[in-house]
Amino acid sequence: MSRIVAGPFNRVEGDLEITLETGEDKVQRAEVNSPLYRGFERILLGHKPMDALVYTPRICGICSVTQSVASARALADAMGLSMPKNGELCTNLVLASENITDLITHFYLFFMPDFARDTYAGASWFGDIQGRFKATAGSAATQMLPARADFLHLMGLMAGKWPHTLSLQPGGVAKAIEPKERMRLLAIVAGFKRFLESTLFGDSLTTISQLKSEAELWQWYQQKPWHSSDFRRFLHVAEVQQLHQLGRATDHFLSFGAYGALDEPMWVAGSYRNGQTSPLDISRIAEDHSHSWMSDSDHPHPPAQGITQPTLDNEAGYSWCKAPRLGQEVVEVGPLARQVVNGHPLMRDMISRHGGNVLSRVVARLLEVAIVVGQMEQWIKQIDPSAPFCHHGEMPAEASGVGLVEAARGALGHWLEIKNGKISNYQIIAPTSWNFSPRDQHDQPGALEQAVVGAPVMNGEKTPVSVQHIVRSFDPCMACTVH
Amino acid sequence: MLNLLWLQSGGCGGCSMSLLNAESPDVLTLFENAGINLLWHPSLSEATGDECIAMLEGILAGDITLDILCIEGSMMTGPMGTGKFHIMGGTGKPMIEWVKALADIARYTVAVGSCAAYGGITAAGANDTDATGLQFDGEMAGGLLGKDFTSQSGDQVVNIAGCPVHPDWVTETLMSIALGEHNDEQLDKFGRPRMYADHLVHHGCSRNEFYEYKASAVDMGDRGCMMENMGCKGTQAHADCNSRPWNGQGSCTNGGYPCINCTAPEFEEPGHSFCQTPKIAGIPVGLPTDMPKAWFVALAQLSKAATPERLKKNAIAEQLIYPPTIHKRKG
Repeated sequence: MSRIVAGPFNRVEGDLEITLETGEDKVQRAEVNSPLYRGFERILLGHKPMDALVYTPRICGICSVTQSVASARALADAMGLSMPKNGELCTNLVLASENITDLITHFYLFFMPDFARDTYAGASWFGDIQGRFKATAGSAATQMLPARADFLHLMGLMAGKWPHTLSLQPGGVAKAIEPKERMRLLAIVAGFKRFLESTLFGDSLTTISQLKSEAELWQWYQQKPWHSSDFRRFLHVAEVQQLHQLGRATDHFLSFGAYGALDEPMWVAGSYRNGQTSPLDISRIAEDHSHSWMSDSDHPHPPAQGITQPTLDNEAGYSWCKAPRLGQEVVEVGPLARQVVNGHPLMRDMISRHGGNVLSRVVARLLEVAIVVGQMEQWIKQIDPSAPFCHHGEMPAEASGVGLVEAARGALGHWLEIKNGKISNYQIIAPTSWNFSPRDQHDQPGALEQAVVGAPVMNGEKTPVSVQHIVRSFDPCMACTVH
Repeated sequence: MLNLLWLQSGGCGGCSMSLLNAESPDVLTLFENAGINLLWHPSLSEATGDECIAMLEGILAGDITLDILCIEGSMMTGPMGTGKFHIMGGTGKPMIEWVKALADIARYTVAVGSCAAYGGITAAGANDTDATGLQFDGEMAGGLLGKDFTSQSGDQVVNIAGCPVHPDWVTETLMSIALGEHNDEQLDKFGRPRMYADHLVHHGCSRNEFYEYKASAVDMGDRGCMMENMGCKGTQAHADCNSRPWNGQGSCTNGGYPCINCTAPEFEEPGHSFCQTPKIAGIPVGLPTDMPKAWFVALAQLSKAATPERLKKNAIAEQLIYPPTIHKRKG
């Protein structure tokens, strides 16, 4: 057995270090460390509840809007406040804008450049992939960045700027959409759709979102040359490199449900394992500190009564991240989890064959891009510029609230308590806190720690490329993880 | 070519995300044409783990020239000065030690965002982590590197403050360095590039007509001026957010919410709720920059008395309910 400390791990959001024990050319054991602690849960203490809307988006520059939405929902819960329909629609649109931006940023800038490494110089597909995805130099980035920036004009218009908006409020949105702006929003989405259909998919969003099985996916892939679109390029590499065999974790998936509560969310909340869907029960969530640099490490903490007191005295600790568990079990969150819980036939079929892995996680991500961008046009059309956008209410001096939302990378929850008109406790469980958690008191490794076991290590590799694919397939956000 | 190294510490990475929003042209094209070679960036570069550490060691050994060191995020000096709240992944060494060693040999050191400049949001509340800026701790000169620090060029740390930064603030500052035009004269007293910091957020605010007549918003989402009730600091905040918008046509005030003065040191603890204006005897405590108080009070009273009905009504509504009157040339 030999030991590798891999880090700094880049092309993830924030700082990450993974300690690997290797033997027989494989990873045998892993410990994931989130090496930065900032303490947002403590920063928030004593502040006025509404000021959480300024602090919480700044937990993370890539999940900023999602943090705002979770916070606004927790505040709305505390205030007993609902939203007008326009508020829901605009919140959905702003949230979708961030999530879709993140999903394509991940694909083009964080994930694919690993296949342009010299490690793969001998591969049949290398020339094309290197030209397209080489970090900072490939042709894809300078096509994708302007498309991304144009798409974010939606954010400028609806949220003032991205990241870090204050337009998302407990009772709706602070920015009412004027008739001319509604037309402009449609135009912005149309422009982005063109990029997706011509460059990313090489087909219509409808065709992609309606793929029903893995067989249909590969049939679709074969209809045109593999280098005719970026999604086909990925599928080609995935097929040759057998990415479906890499990075399987627990196959127990959790989603908080996404996009609005108009009548019902577009994607349902719940958990899924072995063909069984269970409704979401947040009372089964607790955070374990046994392997974290946190106090009170002898028992798990439900987030509503959570404690954040950092200490380097916990000798079993190896990360600033706590270990959230659902009914004491390890779960995986993210686009794959969302689609599996909601029952998308393609993703259900793919996990029934090979579980959650590098291939299925990336396919789920791009599938969501196709589904959501199509849906955004519908939401814009439903905005009524003459109707209200925001409800207003009073903040009680004593209250508590919960705000749940799905970030690009999975389930995010805020638990808020207010006493004497001030925040007395604020607990956050972020997507990557689930996926990249350390071990718990039962010594169960977190989802990533399980996913990298068995990953091949090539001779002399100090930061194994297989581990890099697996890590990035989760699209980790380390800034959120510890917060 | 100038070599640029970008490291992140106690922040959210939002300034990097904002940098990717650069338009006309995109950030990669801009760097290439400015003659800036990206040695390493956490979101953009290929090198990971051992490859990255080898590069950092190459810089410290003098084998690789470091022209520009960009730091994003607060400097985490706690607990007890150890820097252990951020050990740089894979290195076992606190990030503050890496930053000190690299800043020592960099030709220019640039703080990207209010966290790296002054401590920022990470330094809010009780600041358990002892987060500070590179050369300022809030408004006080000092920070991690000390008030007398100068880079190899002889210049102080450049503070591109903002939470987040506008992509153009970063690219234009780096271009000016690349052109050899940068010196301390280009910075204001908080170290901010004057190219953007010599403006006020108020300049070009689309709510200016409401401001002129003191027709004020009461609730979040109202169309009126947000200075009187909603905590807006646009008349005091140093930045060009409304004359050079964000993400196309955006700005905080265009997005329906007040300016929180995020380019200023200590903006993270304003001493009042961010979206409520503190007042004494009904008069806002923070008056517009360079405005004598007596004049402001007199003008505000006068303009309130003269507020047109259109602005009064529109100021407290989400929708435009009273369009401007059309004047005919005849009849």
